[in-house]
Amino acid sequence: MKLTLRLWRQRSARDTGRFEQYQVADISPDMSFLEMLDSLNEQLCAERKEPVAFDHDCREGICGMCSLVINGLAHGSDRGVAACQLHMRRFKDGDMITIEPWRAKAFPIIKDLVVDRSAFDRIIQAGGYVSVDTGDAPEANTVPVPKPAAETAMDAAACIGCGACVAACPNASAMLFVAAKVSHLAKLPQGQEERRRRVRSMVEAMDREGFGNCTNHFECMAACPKSIHVTFIARLNREYLKASTRRSSEDIH
Amino acid sequence: MRWYRSSIGKKVLMAASGLVLLGFVAMHLLGNLLIYQGPDALNAYAKKLRDLGLLLWAARGGLLVALVVHVWTSIALSLENRRARPQRYAVQRTRETTIAARSMLVSGVMVTAYLVYHLLHFTFRVTNPDISHAMDRFGHPDVYAMVVLSFQQPAISIAYIIGMAAVCLHLSHGIGSACQSLGLNDERTIPAVAFIGRLIAVVLFIGYTAIPLSVLAGLVTIRGTLP
Ligand code: HEM
Ligand code: FES
Repeated sequence: MKLTLRLWRQRSARDTGRFEQYQVADISPDMSFLEMLDSLNEQLCAERKEPVAFDHDCREGICGMCSLVINGLAHGSDRGVAACQLHMRRFKDGDMITIEPWRAKAFPIIKDLVVDRSAFDRIIQAGGYVSVDTGDAPEANTVPVPKPAAETAMDAAACIGCGACVAACPNASAMLFVAAKVSHLAKLPQGQEERRRRVRSMVEAMDREGFGNCTNHFECMAACPKSIHVTFIARLNREYLKASTRRSSEDIH
Repeated sequence: MRWYRSSIGKKVLMAASGLVLLGFVAMHLLGNLLIYQGPDALNAYAKKLRDLGLLLWAARGGLLVALVVHVWTSIALSLENRRARPQRYAVQRTRETTIAARSMLVSGVMVTAYLVYHLLHFTFRVTNPDISHAMDRFGHPDVYAMVVLSFQQPAISIAYIIGMAAVCLHLSHGIGSACQSLGLNDERTIPAVAFIGRLIAVVLFIGYTAIPLSVLAGLVTIRGTLP
């Protein structure tokens, strides 16, 4: 396949950035999207030009590093898949593909297609610790967890923190991410001690970072490579309301 | 931070005030439909409302508070959303959202414009003073005549139908959205709630617009409803 790429190039956070067009040839339909970008970079290096910076690590959909908006969709057109698992057979010979970074105030661009997602880390930090006994690892079944609770917690814990929810949201809201993180601990016995404090501080941290507000477009769920459901956003709203209207001994920290 | 200053807190206030306004919109329709029972029924209902006195003012006060909270939170949240993405995408496609969801601010502003006109027309009666101050045979304000004579003018009827289209577009996303914002949903109820929300919006639209259309069609006349 021959393709035309319209790529966002930006030298640094301070640079204004612009689109540039590149031609790539000999793209096999079996290549992954990132392999296609690798071959563009080899070509650029051979021409002694600056290669395109893009984030990636595992290339198997589990690390959450890849972060490309492909033709207007975060992670591209396949549902439940990260950009690294998108294959070139989704495209036709002669296609023009527009590739942009996640765009949100809370995710400043570092270079080209790479954004700084440490806002997510600060939200996780605000969540704080989980109280568990120290010492030897306990026997795995000491604390019983009902099967439905374990399943729901696992569905939420599938979040890989890539930020596609923010990228796809018309308001650049981080609600799906925070909802997943709050829900998975709220569903487990180990998460109960700090449950109320956790949701309050994570929502406060989210607001501080300058993300937008959820207006229930549900674009996040469509873009999420783990198909995390917006039901967790309703759960987050409940958790937050309960935690905010009932003060408890947890508040003395 | 106080809970109502947070993003979720403001969403909850917007949803709760939106549902209060929805309650009013629904009750208001039930009152309006009395027009099909003729002049005396509608005028007696209007008199009963006015006779509530303090209670009526309390209800109006409550609605005004709901409206102010709703508009305030909607402006605050919309500004924050705008700021959260200073640089737009060159290409952006969507997969789940709807036209109604994308145009909430526009439909909200249209509702405000409609509301101002509606109050000037029927409550303060300044836009059509010639037909708005008649008395009926019991010596009460003739609300029925005011409504029928107004809607016999196509321009007024069209303005009302456009206003109701804005309200119903707003509600077709708003009702489902409010349930989600208040945390009432789970995985199974989300599609059902969205569907019921749209259904309520459509029923309200049909109910409200039936009145100007019936007048224009000559089914409701100044003397009463045609058999
Ligand atoms: C009869 C009057 C109105 C009713 C019944 C109503 C109802 C609602 C409801 C139920 C919601 C959903 C709340 C949520 O998403 O959690 C909503 C949202 C909203 N309303 Fe209203 N509203 C009315 C008037 C207005 C006015 C006058 C404005 C504006 C200036 C406005 C602007 C908005 C906005 C911007 C949203 C947020 C949309 C979103 O969440 O996607 N509304 N409204
Ligand atoms: S590179 Fe790890 S999820 Fe895509």
